[in-house]
Amino acid sequence: MSTKEHKIGEIVAEHHRREGPLLPILHAVQDEFGCVDAESEALIAKGLNLSRADVHGVVSFYHDFRHTADPRPEVQICRAEACKARGVEDLMDEATAAAGERVRLTTVYCLGLCSAGPNARVGDRLHARLDAPGLAKIIENA
Amino acid sequence: MMIIRISDDALARALGADELADAFASKGHEVERVSSWGMHWLEPLVEIDGKGFGPATLEDVDDILNGEADEIAIGEIEQHPFIARQQRLTFARAGKTRPLSLQDYEATGGWSGLKRARKIGSAQILDEVTQSGLRGRGGAGFPAGIKWQTAAKTPASRKYIVCNADEGDSGTFADRMLMEGDPYLLIEGMAIAGEAVGADKGYIYIRSEYPDAIRKMEKAIGLSAGIVAPFELEVRVGAGAYVCGEETSLLDSLEGKRGEVRAKPPLPAIEGLFGKPTIINNVLTLAAVPHILAEGGASQYEKLGIARSKGTMPIQIAGNVKFGGLFETAFGLTLGELVNDIGGGTESGRPVKAVQVGGPLGAYIHPDDFGIRFDYEEFTAADALIGHGGITVFDDSVDMGAMARFAMEFCAAESCGKCTPCRIGSVRGVEIIDRIRAGGRAPDHVERLDVMHNAPRHGRSQEQEIGLLTDLCETMKFGSLCALGGFTPFPVMSALKHWPEDFTKAAAPAEAAQ
Repeated sequence: MSTKEHKIGEIVAEHHRREGPLLPILHAVQDEFGCVDAESEALIAKGLNLSRADVHGVVSFYHDFRHTADPRPEVQICRAEACKARGVEDLMDEATAAAGERVRLTTVYCLGLCSAGPNARVGDRLHARLDAPGLAKIIENA
Repeated sequence: MMIIRISDDALARALGADELADAFASKGHEVERVSSWGMHWLEPLVEIDGKGFGPATLEDVDDILNGEADEIAIGEIEQHPFIARQQRLTFARAGKTRPLSLQDYEATGGWSGLKRARKIGSAQILDEVTQSGLRGRGGAGFPAGIKWQTAAKTPASRKYIVCNADEGDSGTFADRMLMEGDPYLLIEGMAIAGEAVGADKGYIYIRSEYPDAIRKMEKAIGLSAGIVAPFELEVRVGAGAYVCGEETSLLDSLEGKRGEVRAKPPLPAIEGLFGKPTIINNVLTLAAVPHILAEGGASQYEKLGIARSKGTMPIQIAGNVKFGGLFETAFGLTLGELVNDIGGGTESGRPVKAVQVGGPLGAYIHPDDFGIRFDYEEFTAADALIGHGGITVFDDSVDMGAMARFAMEFCAAESCGKCTPCRIGSVRGVEIIDRIRAGGRAPDHVERLDVMHNAPRHGRSQEQEIGLLTDLCETMKFGSLCALGGFTPFPVMSALKHWPEDFTKAAAPAEAAQ
């Protein structure tokens, strides 16, 4: 039994008695492996007695789940209306340049700090009232 | 040694509240982490003996302690006009209590609604919630009492209370602030709902973009488990899908499925989570309940507000605004008062060009229409919506054509894909807006074919493209299964109606919002 198989078995065992266990399981698998790949989908499907298509349908539906792991640090930038109103689009060129290939910039729609945008998130750390240098610094430190 | 109060709300933390708290602590003072007052332009706000200093930075620490921080002193926080003008029921504890302290919660009247609810029993709870006139605060404004009665009278072996904390609308943050600032209030509201309909299990579905709220709610549930027992609560974390804020799609997501919208009927109150009768309400709806269930609370609530919009609404003032934050008040204030008087106009100092009320699916309102009062029916009559009570202010640098395009793009990105008007209409909407902004289009390859003898040979003019967009919006509005596809036309058509020049002036489509 591979380590992955073992670990996913443990995760499924931990959650499978809950009502509607799939989403908590997918979160746990992604936290562990950085993604939910085809192998994981098959293992989860087996553990929950679902079809692989069922699990894949769920994984591919949600923005949070990824099929392949990306070891690069991730910086999420909110580009929804309230942050647009506060000028996030003007920061994007500089942010993209600061990120280069090293950092993965992703768009999120709303971090809930809408009176103090532009906002970004790295891991569980939030940043608000960003200007171009502020955002570039966060990206460099990511 | 002084007692220094600093918020541990996510917004304050994002602006350096933790570092500030550490700095005060390292100088030997006692730091109390409290909820946020909701005056976001002043965060991080430091409170000493009721007096406020904000926005405070690490450089201000010594000045504040030495009484030399006049520049950022705001005086008595409770007397601040932004606070004094409010009527806070749901956010009565904001700024005043430590979010996870059971002691603070009880000392400020916590659990009295639940105690009374347990005494008076289901029928009277339902009566009082109905009498209060409380309507769903998530956006649709459906009377909570009716929903609860339906779930209560449906016989079933098991019932559920589900809290919709998937607050995905840009420009809204009241759910987040409540969960982070007063988590026991939500727990109490859900326990009362359980008492009313005979449910002993509740789920709080929180979006993954709210890590602080998830952490706080989980802790609060653990700490208060003995008080609400036998009612049990569990937090479930979303996975980045905006559409899961729609109640039926949220239920599917909770069941571990793709978050696709269900056709109604059956109503969730009859066949909801796992096919069982389910009350699904927004955070603010459930959090309003403990107050209503307190002695005389229902009639007090019912006296506030105007017409059929009863009670108070926690309004969220956001975007390019000088004094942004949370403003809870009885229904009936005009939009102009909220944006200009309370919000102080734009932060950039430029004129207000547009205000979007109700999140990404809300209409853009022109300053000429600022006389509109905050009331469900008045907004509906004006082809707009209150939604979750978020107000996003834009200055005159905004390109409304780009914002309309973004509304369609957002719908395309977040559509659950179940119904055609939303899934395909949103993609076509982006394309049509691009063509309008490009001034129409030339005849395409197929139209030019010899055999296409009936096809128009002249392409499509800008006017015809606008006609097509209008037609598409009608189809989406009336043909979509839920509010995502059904309400996306609001921002698009309101932008087109009030600022047609932003669509027709020569602008390269590449300039549109990314």
